[in-house]
Amino acid sequence: MTTAEPTGLATPAKTGPASPATAAKKPADSGGEGRTLNVFSHAFLVLWAVLAAGPLIWAFLSAFKSSGQILESPWSLPDTFTLDAFVRAWTKANIGRFTMNSLIVVVPSVLGTMLFGSMAAYVLARFEFPGNRFIYYLFVGGMTFPVIMAIVPLFFVLKNLSLLNTPQGLILVYIAYSLPFTTFFMTAFFRTLPGSIAEAAMIDGASHSRVFFQVMVPMAKPGLISIGIFNFLGQWNQFILPLSLNTEDPDSYLLTQGLATLAVSQGYKGDWSGLFAGLTIATLPVLVVYTVFQRQVQAGLTAGALK
Amino acid sequence: MASDSRAVTDDVRKDAGGTAGTPPGRPGGGGFKSSPRYRTFVKYRFISGFLVVPLVLYAILVISPFLQTFYYSLTDWTGYSSDFSVIGFDNFSKLFEDDLFWKSLQHNIVLLIGMPLLALGLGLFFAFMLNVGGRHKRGEAASGVRGSKLYKILYFFPQVLSIAIVAVLWQNIYNPQGGLLNGVLAGVGLGSWEQDWLGDPGIALACVLVVMVWANVGFYVVLFSAAMGSIPKEIYEAALLDGANRVTTFFRVTLPLIRDNIQTSYVYAGIMALETSFAYVMIMTVNQGGPDHSTLVLPVHMYNKAFRDGQAGYATAVGVSMLVVTMIFAVLALSIGRRRDRLEF
Repeated sequence: MTTAEPTGLATPAKTGPASPATAAKKPADSGGEGRTLNVFSHAFLVLWAVLAAGPLIWAFLSAFKSSGQILESPWSLPDTFTLDAFVRAWTKANIGRFTMNSLIVVVPSVLGTMLFGSMAAYVLARFEFPGNRFIYYLFVGGMTFPVIMAIVPLFFVLKNLSLLNTPQGLILVYIAYSLPFTTFFMTAFFRTLPGSIAEAAMIDGASHSRVFFQVMVPMAKPGLISIGIFNFLGQWNQFILPLSLNTEDPDSYLLTQGLATLAVSQGYKGDWSGLFAGLTIATLPVLVVYTVFQRQVQAGLTAGALK
Repeated sequence: MASDSRAVTDDVRKDAGGTAGTPPGRPGGGGFKSSPRYRTFVKYRFISGFLVVPLVLYAILVISPFLQTFYYSLTDWTGYSSDFSVIGFDNFSKLFEDDLFWKSLQHNIVLLIGMPLLALGLGLFFAFMLNVGGRHKRGEAASGVRGSKLYKILYFFPQVLSIAIVAVLWQNIYNPQGGLLNGVLAGVGLGSWEQDWLGDPGIALACVLVVMVWANVGFYVVLFSAAMGSIPKEIYEAALLDGANRVTTFFRVTLPLIRDNIQTSYVYAGIMALETSFAYVMIMTVNQGGPDHSTLVLPVHMYNKAFRDGQAGYATAVGVSMLVVTMIFAVLALSIGRRRDRLEF
């Protein structure tokens, strides 16, 4: 079983108990070669774990240092643990405002993505009508093309709709660009759900919409959670779209955008610990969300590439 | 917009016979409302009601800009005004004389080949160790090393971070003033290796490549873990019986069985490398593509042409060329794999 199977999303990807037939067998490579290889490969695994987490820990610790200490001894523990840099980053460097801006855009757009994505997916998965396949491939085809290619005309489309530099514009763009994967993922999910309950509800007189909202959506909850977290992370981390479509007012910058600007300007202002504090503030919530929901995140992220 | 769909619900309910409780369309309802034609009508009204918003959004904001790119690439549009004229393929012939275009293309090709090669290679190795490479505890023919769950969570950390955060983080790691990398080198007695990493045109691109690999390995560990998890344990048991060690098992059992996954991943990673190079270069490098254009990539070149130099038409031509590069890359990557297939078996 792979994580590509939507029904497997809620369960761990790696299962499979050992066959009892082999229980008594001795491993073939339990000799010296096996042990050397084990030490060697374990060393590699530990090394990469340090490489993956080390920079994050370093940035976190640097937020407690003074800027002078960061420049003099980057490779040391902070002398004191004060939260000054965090307060500075949150208020003076506008990280608080950028976080709010990101929330204002990302929360509605994740909800919108889930609603419209699953509506389209439900219709495509469970109804026969002319053009069904065409619309499905129209959506799914969007997964393959580079977003960056469309950015120049997209800028002018939004400008003509008077949506440039507005949160509403970004919300609509985020939803539109999340639809391909969401529709693809949810279509597969709705296909796996049993049809008998929906049919029973229909016989009892429920309308199509009622069946969708009161029967199918509750049944699709595991899939919706996966795709919701997946879209939250993706949209929260978006950089190209806000950078190109939200340029007018620095106060309206989203978190990623604001942080990147901050990184450039801190080079001149010299508030290094403030920058690291901002980096930490931007990093921690995402890491917490991921660690809590890591199984769903990994399932969601890998489902698309495996199919 | 949620009200739209709720309105549909109400309509349907009203038309279906007043109350949601009475079974419409069942024998006894009588009249047009119980006829099959009415049911078809309700079905299509529902389908179009549910599809209209997603489709309109998608058409206006995704499909139309994508198609417009092709059209604008044939014009001399500046982007400042709405006046422009169609000039045929002039933008594309200009591309051929644009040194910065060729430089960017070269850098993109380095990333297109290098990032997937390194990230997938490391990803495969780690995934094998975490899923198959462990000692055969409790008689299992294939099991991961101890702590493999923790490793998988840790390795995935860089992947969930925004590329912008990763870029800002690494910009500071590479920083010659107080950066982690030089600090560590000095700390372990390799002070002579200290560099201005992103400021040296000779190594700046390699430094960007390293960050991209760092950020992506975790994804492929998880992806290949899922693929390896779907290989039946009986196959590993058979290999074990035949006396295969881990190296043989990897090359003879695991690798061939997940080759399709690796190939798709390679294409996917290449496209990712092209797209994400934008944020890394914009944020990390000196003057967004420097020093001395040594890290300039196609997306950044395109962005500069459109939003800095007022050459929107020319920029879309660069955009079209990116699509061409992506497609050539995808076709090559997929066909090379197929040829190797024939040689091996």
